[in-house]
Amino acid sequence: MEWLERNMPKLVLAPSFVAILIFVYGFIGWTAWVSLTRSRLMPRYEIDGFGQYARLFASPRWDVAMNNLFIFGGLFIAISMLIGLMLAIFLDQKIRAEGVLRTIYLYPMALSLIVTGTAWKWILNPGLGIQEMVRGWGFQNFSFDWLIRPEMAIYTIVIAAVWQASGFVMALFLAGLRSVDTEIIRAAQVDGIPTRRIYTAIIIPTMAPIFLSAFIVLAHLAIKAFDLVIALTNGGPGYATDLPATYMYAMAFSRGDLGQAAASAMIMMMVIFAIVVPYLYSELRPRREN
Amino acid sequence: MLRWSLYAILILFALFYLMPLFVMVTTSLKSLEEIRTGSLLALPRALTFQPWIEAWSSTCAGTQCQGLRPFFWNSVLMAVPAVVISTAIGALNGYVFAQWRFPGANLFFAAILFGCFIPFQVVLMPMARMLGLLGLAGTIPGLILVHVIYGIGFTTLFFRNYYVTIPQELVRAAKVDGAGFFRIFVAIFLPLSLPIVTVSVIWQFTQIWNDFLFGVSFSGPGSQPVTVALNNIVNSTTGVKAYNVDMAAAIIAALPTLLVYVVAGKYFIRGLTAGSVKG
Repeated sequence: MEWLERNMPKLVLAPSFVAILIFVYGFIGWTAWVSLTRSRLMPRYEIDGFGQYARLFASPRWDVAMNNLFIFGGLFIAISMLIGLMLAIFLDQKIRAEGVLRTIYLYPMALSLIVTGTAWKWILNPGLGIQEMVRGWGFQNFSFDWLIRPEMAIYTIVIAAVWQASGFVMALFLAGLRSVDTEIIRAAQVDGIPTRRIYTAIIIPTMAPIFLSAFIVLAHLAIKAFDLVIALTNGGPGYATDLPATYMYAMAFSRGDLGQAAASAMIMMMVIFAIVVPYLYSELRPRREN
Repeated sequence: MLRWSLYAILILFALFYLMPLFVMVTTSLKSLEEIRTGSLLALPRALTFQPWIEAWSSTCAGTQCQGLRPFFWNSVLMAVPAVVISTAIGALNGYVFAQWRFPGANLFFAAILFGCFIPFQVVLMPMARMLGLLGLAGTIPGLILVHVIYGIGFTTLFFRNYYVTIPQELVRAAKVDGAGFFRIFVAIFLPLSLPIVTVSVIWQFTQIWNDFLFGVSFSGPGSQPVTVALNNIVNSTTGVKAYNVDMAAAIIAALPTLLVYVVAGKYFIRGLTAGSVKG
């Protein structure tokens, strides 16, 4: 009985421990293993080497997916941060109806990416959406058909993704702005330093950790982007808007190429870890010292 | 002058964020004829609720033509237990990590946290096989299991960060009085937990309701969640495209999380930021 009471904390954690061990680490191990075999429709467990990775990097479709990830990820992160920071600074100027505006900017984050994709697919549809509307205003030569142009379609995904996430970045930055020591700001104001300098020299530099957090969250969203692509373009036209996540899904569930799916999933994981591990390390270390 | 342009920019952005919702709502209330002849931003000339009725009870998702209704209930049946179970586990885990440290606990906590960040693509295939082995492939209990397991990391993080702020002296005093592990949890920690339970429930509900990847990978014809059905409705290629029904369906699929956001926005934001900012 006393033993039970003494070990209760460990016993409570045990099921989670087993679950995480199997469903996270065991499964990663399984995928890593399969990525080193010649598995096709069914998994095979004879290790064969790095052939799947060689095939992956030789695949033009994977090439498109990785290129798209850099275009999409880069623009999505940069534009969301820019809009988020701008809106946060503007909202910080003692704006009337700040609460209402904040609510409006942030609501897209509550929606499913499938809903977001559906809405934007309709708006960007050249036959009935924005293009048709502007033409109806009398600009007959106006053209906005990115959704169906292979070289431009990836940018429509950026538009929808920025719409979805930039309000969240605003909320993060606004919280950061509000947590800056007001004493320092007041002192700077008393010294007659102009507001713009106060932002660039004092406030924004002290928010560096929040920039990092926002970057990590956005990068994570970008690498995992799947729903939005499926709903907005379904990877098309052709495979012009494929991302690693849609490539992986196609290989695993419609092409019956488990080896390729496993290899692409492993690359995705490595990209995420390259970003997240240094971050987690820096976040957890000071805590341990306390 | 500067002040006016400030407001102008803020309002322009508000219009940008509101535009898709406005377009969805107005389109869902127009007839197809009006959609073809009218403009994207125009208000409906003759209101019709027919698209909503079709979206709810008769439009086709794949081969099933029962509207969103059965899939909506699938999502409810999946999300409610998954949210409750993962929150309960997270509360107990967080309680241990915050107040009952033992050697190796930090390492395990880091391992759980790490699991929050993996791209789910890396567990998709072994999970599909595991669900098959367990006889849960294509079922709602299977989806519940998946959401509970991959939700534990976040719920544990929420509760751990909340419970560390409760002074350990309280626990020590209770121990001296002879209270055990669960006694202390129920008598001291649970009554203080309402705010963090709210955050956890809202976060998990939004995540699970909005999930598509697990839904599309692991559900069968009778267990598809509403997001998968919505995608099937919108991307079906047969027949005349009923944009008004698509938009009504999209709003129906979005309604539960929108409602949560409107009613408990404060906690929604706290949940979002708790996952990303140092607690």
